[in-house]
Amino acid sequence: MYSATGINCTPMAGAVVEDVKVLGLPLIPFVIRVLIALRLKRVEYELVEVQIAEPKSEILVKSNPVYKKIPVLLHRGKSICESAVIVQYIDEEWSDGSGSSSILPADPFDRALVRFWAAYIDDKLPAPVRALRWGTEAEKAAELAGQIRQALGLLEEAFVECGKGKGFFGGDAVGYLDIALGSCLGWIRALEKAKSVKLLDAEKLPRLTGWAERFLAEESVKGLVPDADEYQKFYAAAEARTSATPAA
Amino acid sequence: MVAAAAEVKLLGMWASPAVRRVEWALQMKGIEYEYVEEDLANKSAALLRHNPIHKQVPVLLHCGRAVTDSLLILEYIDETWLETPLLPRDPYHRASARFWAKFAEENCREATRKAFFARGEERSEAIEQLREQLQRLDEELEGKKFFGGVEIGFADLAVGWLAFWLGVSEEVAGFTAMDAKKLPRFAAWMDDFLRVPVIRDNLPPREKTVEFFSYYRDQQLAAAAK
Repeated sequence: MYSATGINCTPMAGAVVEDVKVLGLPLIPFVIRVLIALRLKRVEYELVEVQIAEPKSEILVKSNPVYKKIPVLLHRGKSICESAVIVQYIDEEWSDGSGSSSILPADPFDRALVRFWAAYIDDKLPAPVRALRWGTEAEKAAELAGQIRQALGLLEEAFVECGKGKGFFGGDAVGYLDIALGSCLGWIRALEKAKSVKLLDAEKLPRLTGWAERFLAEESVKGLVPDADEYQKFYAAAEARTSATPAA
Repeated sequence: MVAAAAEVKLLGMWASPAVRRVEWALQMKGIEYEYVEEDLANKSAALLRHNPIHKQVPVLLHCGRAVTDSLLILEYIDETWLETPLLPRDPYHRASARFWAKFAEENCREATRKAFFARGEERSEAIEQLREQLQRLDEELEGKKFFGGVEIGFADLAVGWLAFWLGVSEEVAGFTAMDAKKLPRFAAWMDDFLRVPVIRDNLPPREKTVEFFSYYRDQQLAAAAK
């Protein structure tokens, strides 16, 4: 278990012990991706929580001067930024040669395919998810929910081509695309609860629904994707802080 | 091993920087390919079939399978044809190349697009933002001839569109973002990049490109005004 305050607890059996730090927050999907990837490779890490609202933590600004965003991976005195770049770095840095714990598939076409869909997720999900969460107009809400459902609908179809009949986008095991989408599941479930809207609809998206259950039950994922209630607590606290602040 | 020409097809458009980027990579590796010019106002059935979601060029067809998105195509090419590697071997340097490629593709393209279309008050802010992005590239070139080091690599191919199309954008839209005195490393890189034979011999004709983007800009501005 890795506590959110950044203290290593019990090391995993057969774990790689190096000095690996992740600047991030446990609720952010892009950060969760990195943590899952490290777990898959059995790499011990320290999650260092940082301030992402102004004034941003100094360590964040220093290690990611271009974007000043989380996640950032700190390894061997270097910083690696952007979740997609970090996950591929993790895959390549801790590659065991036999490919058995590969996050990306081996075949170049399959690699292009999962990268395509991961980029699609980043292009289509975060904006409407955020807008829906914080927005107030009902009409706009319906439109945003529609956009999210449409994107998930395409991913439902993509599951067939990518998964090749197996349980995950990565086939038999959790892979790059599972991580890209799976890290967003808490967000999606929280949104469904907060806005009383169906996004990952079991009837319309049976493959994704089954996949989501399997994904969240995976050893490498357990405990890393917060459930809807944890997000709710966080949002409620954020809202309380906003309303407590006197108007400018 | 050079692939048989029939195996590799590139759907492209002559003025597109994303398409050229793929051609540079194919040429660097000595891969033979068939180029198919797309009329983007009248997209072919092939383009719509192979890129149904984004309906954009470039699309690389290899043994009948389609790869879309120019940076993904570059990685595909690098992983399929192993001679003349585009990405370095070391995982950290690979991460760095991917980071700067993403930066060039997202931040720089967006900033250029904004400056290209901005008018009135928004314009000077857009130009300033573009300058900031170029400044970052200039800083990254510290101690290096190319982003890839001694020779061009993945990041250079990703950033490379700026070497030609930034000047075109500036000319068409009538602004100046690039300043060789303030960004000497980036200025030198632009010159060196354009001098690389594979790049130099694979650029669209400048005047024709300026004409094309001029027309494109007028069209887009007129459509936005409606």
